[in-house]
Amino acid sequence: MNAFWDTFGGAGRGMIDFAVHLYRIVHLSFRSLYWIFIGPFKGERIRWRLTFVQMVRIGVNSLPIVGVISFCVGLIIAMQAAYQLERFGATIYVADLVGVSITRELGPLITAIIIAGRSGSAITAEIGTMKVSEEIDALKTMGLNPIGYLVVPRTLAMIVVVPCLTVLADLFGIAGGFVLAIYNLKLPFLAYFNETATAILLKDFITGLIKSGFFAIIIAQIGVYQGFSVQGGAEGVGKSTTASVVSSIFLIIFADLLFTTLFYSTF
Amino acid sequence: MSEPIIQIKNLHSRYGTREILKGINLDVYKDETLVILGRSGCGKSTLLRHIIGLQKQSQGDIFVKGVNMARASDAERDEVLKKSGMLFQGAALFNSMTVGDNVALPLVEHTPLEPSTIEIMTRMKLELVGLSGFESFMPAQLSGGMKKRAALARALAMDPDILFCDEPSAGLDPIVAAGIDYLILKLKRAFKMTIMVVTHELASVFLIADRIALLDDGQVIFLGTREDMKNSSNPKIIQFLQRQPDEEVVDRELYLNSLIGTKYL
Ligand SMILES: Nc1ncnc2c1ncn2[C@@H]1O[C@H](COP(=O)(O)OP(=O)(O)OP(=O)(O)O)[C@@H](O)[C@H]1O
Ligand SMILES: [Mg+2]
Repeated sequence: MNAFWDTFGGAGRGMIDFAVHLYRIVHLSFRSLYWIFIGPFKGERIRWRLTFVQMVRIGVNSLPIVGVISFCVGLIIAMQAAYQLERFGATIYVADLVGVSITRELGPLITAIIIAGRSGSAITAEIGTMKVSEEIDALKTMGLNPIGYLVVPRTLAMIVVVPCLTVLADLFGIAGGFVLAIYNLKLPFLAYFNETATAILLKDFITGLIKSGFFAIIIAQIGVYQGFSVQGGAEGVGKSTTASVVSSIFLIIFADLLFTTLFYSTF
Repeated sequence: MSEPIIQIKNLHSRYGTREILKGINLDVYKDETLVILGRSGCGKSTLLRHIIGLQKQSQGDIFVKGVNMARASDAERDEVLKKSGMLFQGAALFNSMTVGDNVALPLVEHTPLEPSTIEIMTRMKLELVGLSGFESFMPAQLSGGMKKRAALARALAMDPDILFCDEPSAGLDPIVAAGIDYLILKLKRAFKMTIMVVTHELASVFLIADRIALLDDGQVIFLGTREDMKNSSNPKIIQFLQRQPDEEVVDRELYLNSLIGTKYL
């Protein structure tokens, strides 16, 4: 009987903890979005220089890895598609499959997952270390709000950079398909190009970018939230960094499911 | 004396269920230097954290320049904080910035000054704490005592009215420590600052203090001038001044219990 209540109580406590975390993250996100979109009209300035530094750190330094991985994924999708379509002699439709799945789904998703692992974790580690060494407290005692000074530049940088990287991922993914089509399937370049161009509609591309904007907010907010909630010393930073990556990937996939359902049923 | 600039009324503070401060009442007057004494772990740093609003108390009120630090809006609190400086016990320098940028940050953020002016002011503050020439060093390249002094320079950057120092001279050699004491004296005389210092150095205490508060078991058990303290007959104060250790536990059985707990008995 005791064991029953223990399990039951544990599950209940877990649910409550989860709800508390979720509430705090949503609260933090609203505060940061308020600072970004409404703050400037109320005399809070946005620190563009810090935002720019973050954009370089998140964006420029991620270019190679995002490019290479999306190229490989494009190639993989093309091979899997060709494997099926060869039986019908319809290999030209590889262009449709690769183009649509990359722009609608895989470009935004892969970019978000790479950035969550690479930059979300770095944000958590940086802010967590600042918390442990009382730097956050020092900021507050100078009358500087950590939201305005730390969270806003990172969130803004993410919102700008992740969609840009997604465009790059789309291009490289499609290029992966091209390479297979031309060198392996021996399709004429122009035919494949035209097929790709007619297959991808503007809405495919746009819905992908809308998703990636939301992924950006998720990565930034989870990264920052986990950083602020670091407890203890270096070990705490390690734990929160892991939690940051795991929970942002989980939320990204979950948000992806919601958006895809929405776009699938309405567009 | 004049109006109190800091008023602490019945402050209770707890971490979890452990109560650290148990009803602190303390007024700090304008332009005075108040030294806070107390044993390690008695809650001196915690008290400072409450005053600057970093921690929320479970009970009681704190007013700094008439602003209730726990209830005030962010904007009101920030106004008070901009004109006060805090030297943290662990220095708390921004590790990703150079020493110069650390000192300059409050000026860059809160004043419309030109970068060249800010640079000059930064040099002056570093000069004041004996760190001229270290502007471009990273905090990791400084020794513990140098970090403390750089942090003091940062706390002084905005020419604060109120300065909080958590053990400014801990870990410094006697000469530099004396230098810090004289710096505090100078600040007090020349800039008319209200200063609250936590320190363990008895020599410093008698040099800089206008008044002394002794914390024990979460309460202020003594508050008075240097003379009051020297003439006090309170055994806790005498113990502190004569640097005597706690009395040895003579009861062997109690000592044994305290080591192994009661479950084996
Ligand atoms: N974050 C925390 N969580 C739980 N307990 C804490 C925390 N910070 C401090 N404490 C406890 O509060 C008490 C007071 O700590 P504080 O740092 O204020 O002491 P102190 O008087 O400044 O000591 P010292 O002279 O050694 O610096 C200590 O007993 C400590 O165990
Ligand atoms: Mg302390």
